[in-house]
Amino acid sequence: MPQLLSPELQALQKEIEEYARGYGLDFFDVIFEVLDWEEINEVAAYGGYPARYPYWRFGMEYYALSRGYAYGLQKIYEMVINNDPCYAYLLAANPVVDQKLVMAHVYGHADFFKNNYSFQHTNRKMVDEMANHATRIRRYMESYGEDEVEGFLDICLSLENLIDYNAPHIKRRRRLEDAATDPSHPSRRPQPHRIDAKEYMEDYINPEEVLKAEVERMQEERQKEELFPARPEKDLLLFLLEYAPMTNWQRSVLGIVREEAYYFAPQGRTKIMNEGWASYWHSTIMTQRALEDSELIDYADHHSGTVATQPGRLNPYKLGLELLRDIEERWNKGRHGAEWEACDDYELRKSWDTGAGEGREKIFQVRALYNDVNFIDEFLTAEFCHKHKLFVYDYNESTKQYQISSRSFDEIKQGLLFQLTNFGQPWVYVRDGNHLNRGELVLWHRYEGVPLRLDYAQDVLRCLYAIWKRPVHLETCDDDRPIVLSYDGTEHTVQDRSED
Amino acid sequence: MTRDSFTGFSSIRRIERDKKRFDAIIRGRIKQDLRKHITRGELIGKRGREVVSIPMPQIELPRLKYGRKQMSGVGQGDGEEGTPIGAGEGEGAGGAGDQPGFHLREVEISIQELAELLGEELELPRIEPRGNRTIKSRRSRYKTIRQTGPESLRSFRRTYRQALKRQIASGTYDFKRPMVTPVREDMRYRSWKEEPEPVANAVIIYMMDVSGSMGNEQKEIVRIESFWIDAWIRAHYHGIANRYIVHDAAAHEVDQETFYTTRESGGTRISSAYEMAAKIIAGEYDPQEWNIYCFHFSDGDNWGGGDDEKCFELLNERILPVANLFGYGQVESRYGSGQFLEALRENIEDEKLALSHIADREAILDSIKDFLSKGK
Repeated sequence: MPQLLSPELQALQKEIEEYARGYGLDFFDVIFEVLDWEEINEVAAYGGYPARYPYWRFGMEYYALSRGYAYGLQKIYEMVINNDPCYAYLLAANPVVDQKLVMAHVYGHADFFKNNYSFQHTNRKMVDEMANHATRIRRYMESYGEDEVEGFLDICLSLENLIDYNAPHIKRRRRLEDAATDPSHPSRRPQPHRIDAKEYMEDYINPEEVLKAEVERMQEERQKEELFPARPEKDLLLFLLEYAPMTNWQRSVLGIVREEAYYFAPQGRTKIMNEGWASYWHSTIMTQRALEDSELIDYADHHSGTVATQPGRLNPYKLGLELLRDIEERWNKGRHGAEWEACDDYELRKSWDTGAGEGREKIFQVRALYNDVNFIDEFLTAEFCHKHKLFVYDYNESTKQYQISSRSFDEIKQGLLFQLTNFGQPWVYVRDGNHLNRGELVLWHRYEGVPLRLDYAQDVLRCLYAIWKRPVHLETCDDDRPIVLSYDGTEHTVQDRSED
Repeated sequence: MTRDSFTGFSSIRRIERDKKRFDAIIRGRIKQDLRKHITRGELIGKRGREVVSIPMPQIELPRLKYGRKQMSGVGQGDGEEGTPIGAGEGEGAGGAGDQPGFHLREVEISIQELAELLGEELELPRIEPRGNRTIKSRRSRYKTIRQTGPESLRSFRRTYRQALKRQIASGTYDFKRPMVTPVREDMRYRSWKEEPEPVANAVIIYMMDVSGSMGNEQKEIVRIESFWIDAWIRAHYHGIANRYIVHDAAAHEVDQETFYTTRESGGTRISSAYEMAAKIIAGEYDPQEWNIYCFHFSDGDNWGGGDDEKCFELLNERILPVANLFGYGQVESRYGSGQFLEALRENIEDEKLALSHIADREAILDSIKDFLSKGK
């Protein structure tokens, strides 16, 4: 059974929390719970949430985690949930120094969740919301059958990544219901814009042919709007929710999957920053305040384990931490701005220090206003890449191995940004919901030079068909050859297409 | 206690349900591929003491995602341009998802469960252990009620019912003030009862022809087939003994390892093996106490000179009367298939005799069915 914090751990939590506040961290309350390893594996299998809907994949995660733990391959150190209050877990068997480290790390995350702009639209009561989702899905299972509902979940989750990661921050289009009240909505009759004028001046100020041209232009615009959807839409799940023929419970399940996908999205978009920030704070708090002399070796061992890089891999903890430290140093020494950029005297740059001391302030600002993409875009420097030995790798067909292909700063940055933008997912849009006026659905993959896994793509089309119930198509490219994959409910076809 | 546990673990853990669903999916996959798994024989090599690891490629949901192979990425470390960084996946930071990353390459399944899958797939009848088993163990079960016992075992429901009965019968029960007060005599306690539980023991005697005509492929077939027979029979008994006999012109008892690896070049006298099997049974396995299974694999090329007749006699008089099942599997070798199978079919009529012709690996499953569908 989960234990309440022992008096020792309670005192520890109070201590660490005070240190964290002392540094200016600002967080929701954090509730720690102590679990044994089976329980922590269970909670981890559910992604940290105590109540998730029943689903076999959680069972699989649990199986894998338990085996990983039993064989000593992996151990879950910390888990923290973006919620108000934040929930975090401690492994009962961990020694005190680990618990300290975890707590300090967790306060870093809690501060990040509360203050980073990416999370400003997330539901801070998601733990409750997920419990509600679980109840609803359980109820559907009772009414419509376990296999039925679980099978439909499989379908929905195959499409889970086809959402618009920016949607919470941008109003992409007018909602349908706006049409009734909004006079400028395109569904209204086009009216050319007239400039007020005296009657006798009318022909001069609003000449007939100009008005006519404007009406024509607006009509053309309207025709474009009548495409369905008017412009390619990225939120496939929303499109399906609005237009696909589903029963009520199916719509509800798809809605649940979509809501949870949107909840998790900002965590994926800030992985490097979030882990970097938490690591920055656990190392700061531990080394400057919390660490006892006797714990130093254990702490150093575990910290180095967290930020270790395997050859050829990028550890988000490490990259985020080092980049934050780099920023801190640069702003402490005033190594930014036009003057710094313009300077190409090596010696001068090496000893550059204006004594600005704005480092701490800067990283607090960074943690509030950036996500992984613009974090890398703005703060990754050639010096940093060189110092941390970053490289770009690619796959060598002849040796069947990944190999280092370049150490150029531009390529590294491009590579990182490509991995991070859109969550490392392909860009896929709904292009046409009424293809050939036959109600067929066309998705369009914006090709960026890397082809999709086609066998998966065909399976996804099958899932999509199960929801859309009319033939579905995916326009993509296979090694620069434009193709369209189709599934009509019985067979898959692959055809060349002309690029448009 | 200041607050309730947030995670609120109940005694039945929620994950168990999801784990069961996952297991069901795995079972479904294994069953679907059982024929493939069986003919390949790869499971046997992965056998632990009680579990078998089964390769389980791609048990993940399809997604629109980039093909890995062509993908490049960013890494960290030493090396010149062109330095290989490992043949595995180079996973960059971009793959960061909401799920902990792992790759399930194989799953473990108990041999017992595997045997059940085999049984379901082949529609095998359950083995009915034979006769009055003499070996019994006793097992305690809490299934009775007594009037005395420790308080920890007090049955509240029974006690309450008893007290209520007494009060109503004696007229002391007041409907307006329904208080039931048990007295000493009303107390009821749960108690155990010892039940004899039959335990069936079984011995499996494997015999194999190791004469020159039995090549490696033939032995591999025998090995795969006996693995599955073993698994199925094991699923039905508690104590199992295995004995192995190899023979060419003469028979030797060997250990399992030798059984599958020995190769002789001599002729073939099947009766030598049957004689040895009969001797082992008579000496060590009382048919009253043991369920006896014999399986013999050969390419069917027996020596002439009346050895076939000697085999029939041994089977009829010394082995079949005491055995549950005698299986003869004739494995086709590159020299074709001998006459022994036909000879047995024509000369012995006994429902305990199961005959099977195994042409190649593909035929293993059907052959298993030939042997085990008798439910003996």
